[in-house]
Amino acid sequence: MITFMNNSDSEEEPCNERTSLMSAESPPVPSYQDGLQASEAGEVQAHRKRRTGRSRSPNNIADGDMSDSGVPVRESALENEEEELTLKYGAKHVIMLFVPVTLCMIVVVATIKSVRFYTEKNGQLIYTPFSEDTPSVGQRLLNSVLNTIIMISVIVVMTVFLVLLYKYRCYKFIHGWLILSSLMLLFLFTYIYLGEVLKTYNVAMDYPTLFLVIWNFGAVGMICIHWKGPLQLQQAYLIMISALMALVFIKYLPEWSAWVILGAISIYDLMAVLCPKGPLRMLVETAQERNEPIFPALIYSSAMMWTVGMAKPDTAARGPSQQMWDAAEDGREDHRSPSHTDSQMSETRSPVPTRPITSFEELEEEERGVKLGLGDFIFYSVLVGKAAATASGDWNTTLACFVAILIGLCLTLLLLAVFKKALPALPISITFGLVFYFSTDNLVRPFMDTLASHQLYI
Amino acid sequence: AFFWLVSLLLASLIWFVSVRLSDREDAKLQYGLLIFGAAVSVLLQEAFRFAYFKLLKKADEGLATISEDGRSPISLRQMAYVSGLSFGIISGVFSVINVLADSIGPGIVGIHGDSPYYFITSAFLTMALVLLHTFWGVIFFDACERRRYWCLGLVVASHLLTSGLTFLNPWYEASLVPIFIITLCTGLWAFFTAGGSFRNILKCLSC
Repeated sequence: MITFMNNSDSEEEPCNERTSLMSAESPPVPSYQDGLQASEAGEVQAHRKRRTGRSRSPNNIADGDMSDSGVPVRESALENEEEELTLKYGAKHVIMLFVPVTLCMIVVVATIKSVRFYTEKNGQLIYTPFSEDTPSVGQRLLNSVLNTIIMISVIVVMTVFLVLLYKYRCYKFIHGWLILSSLMLLFLFTYIYLGEVLKTYNVAMDYPTLFLVIWNFGAVGMICIHWKGPLQLQQAYLIMISALMALVFIKYLPEWSAWVILGAISIYDLMAVLCPKGPLRMLVETAQERNEPIFPALIYSSAMMWTVGMAKPDTAARGPSQQMWDAAEDGREDHRSPSHTDSQMSETRSPVPTRPITSFEELEEEERGVKLGLGDFIFYSVLVGKAAATASGDWNTTLACFVAILIGLCLTLLLLAVFKKALPALPISITFGLVFYFSTDNLVRPFMDTLASHQLYI
Repeated sequence: AFFWLVSLLLASLIWFVSVRLSDREDAKLQYGLLIFGAAVSVLLQEAFRFAYFKLLKKADEGLATISEDGRSPISLRQMAYVSGLSFGIISGVFSVINVLADSIGPGIVGIHGDSPYYFITSAFLTMALVLLHTFWGVIFFDACERRRYWCLGLVVASHLLTSGLTFLNPWYEASLVPIFIITLCTGLWAFFTAGGSFRNILKCLSC
């Protein structure tokens, strides 16, 4: 789901938070975990209540946030200004999201193209038990569909579990779960990744140095993500974590299953966020009723959030953006990563200054930001990485998927500005990405290859 | 870039279908189909450029209505430049990135009798193409804005001409030199269309 962060007002429209792209449900499931992204997204929004139906400029730019509706009287007066600001900020937010998504994809593609480990097939996750080595096409298709069903049902179960935990106020459990996940992700997966990269480039490293490097990386990461830290460092860590998770997915999901899973996840995302009984929506509503901030979740935030001294402590910062799966559950392979890092407490990082409400407008300007769930990052990167890995070594396909995903993101932000509610970030981008992948691989590639062999330009 | 990609997709769909339906063995026919495919692609690219212009115009109006002083924050010229640039970038990248990726690997250029200057000429051609797309974008949008349809026709014709000239590869003198001349002329035309003049240049250089 996408949500905007509006710290400035507690009354912000839910859209703000929703608008930040948060993949509500796309769990960054490495192998068995799935974080609850959606719930987080929901939380963020929960606090925003729409003050008035402000009409947003129907333009294509996603608004930054119409925040603040503080005083009804001032609204009309401020409306124009806000719309302007919104547009300006809206365009800025789009850029603010493009950069991290692009960085994540670059990291994943660079790794896939250079480190052989991630394209070798070394077994499958426990969540996709059916193998795709069967000789007949029908059997393979059936296996991949079954794999998808199993994976999606695990995700759904996890999400519902998390929502139940949240409903019954088992916060400690959730926190512990998130911390455990991020621990495993930051330490174990980084260790494996570093090992493979060093192997590829034939660089020797002794164990003490390795231990030092990984310890520092992991410890700083835990602090940055769950507590306080500089914004850019936190963003960098989140990007790294999403990339690691995406790499695990790319390695361990068999080919056809991966594509079917991507499609199914985006449908699930759509339903879970928009249907009235969807788990993510329920999470958001619950959080809204309680007027609580959502527990730290995996959300990428593009700006610092300052909680204004308002009644609601919402700081939209949080919002479970992803679903996290419990790492503990799975036991099959050692590469399962417990879902993504937990929450970004980073959001809470912004210290909560109690500023007087008068400086509301200034706050608005500084605080606007957009939030995108980490699950979204992960699935975008999985799509692009799979394209890089399996498209016959063709860079055109990878680039086409990349452009398609970014355009999907833009469109989603646009819709966010129009609808002002939490929106799933996956469906449009993934659809475009899949369409472009298959069409570029099968149609454009022979055309461009033939043109290039004659050195023709169009 | 997205629009260019969609046009490329449609063009390659047409080409693919035509190849499938035709005789695989006949080399001349295949080459002819290739030329046909390239021409179709050029026309589709220009059509999508026009579609993009329409979209931007609508957006421009919307932006203008909601802004304070009734004018949009981005001028049409800037949009033309950006759109031309993005068309150029994606077109150039699609043309050259596989060549670049292959150029890292071990190999000898032209060992089968092709020209040994393949890489360097590809690089120059791509550069010319990117610049050309940018210039065409500026001229195109301006022509659409002022309804000078002969300008539009000229842009499309020059695109077709450029693409056709690349068919003369590897006779590089006949293809590279004219293409660069076209690039220069189009650049000057775009410069004057965008409102530049000798005076502006002098002012820019002097201060």
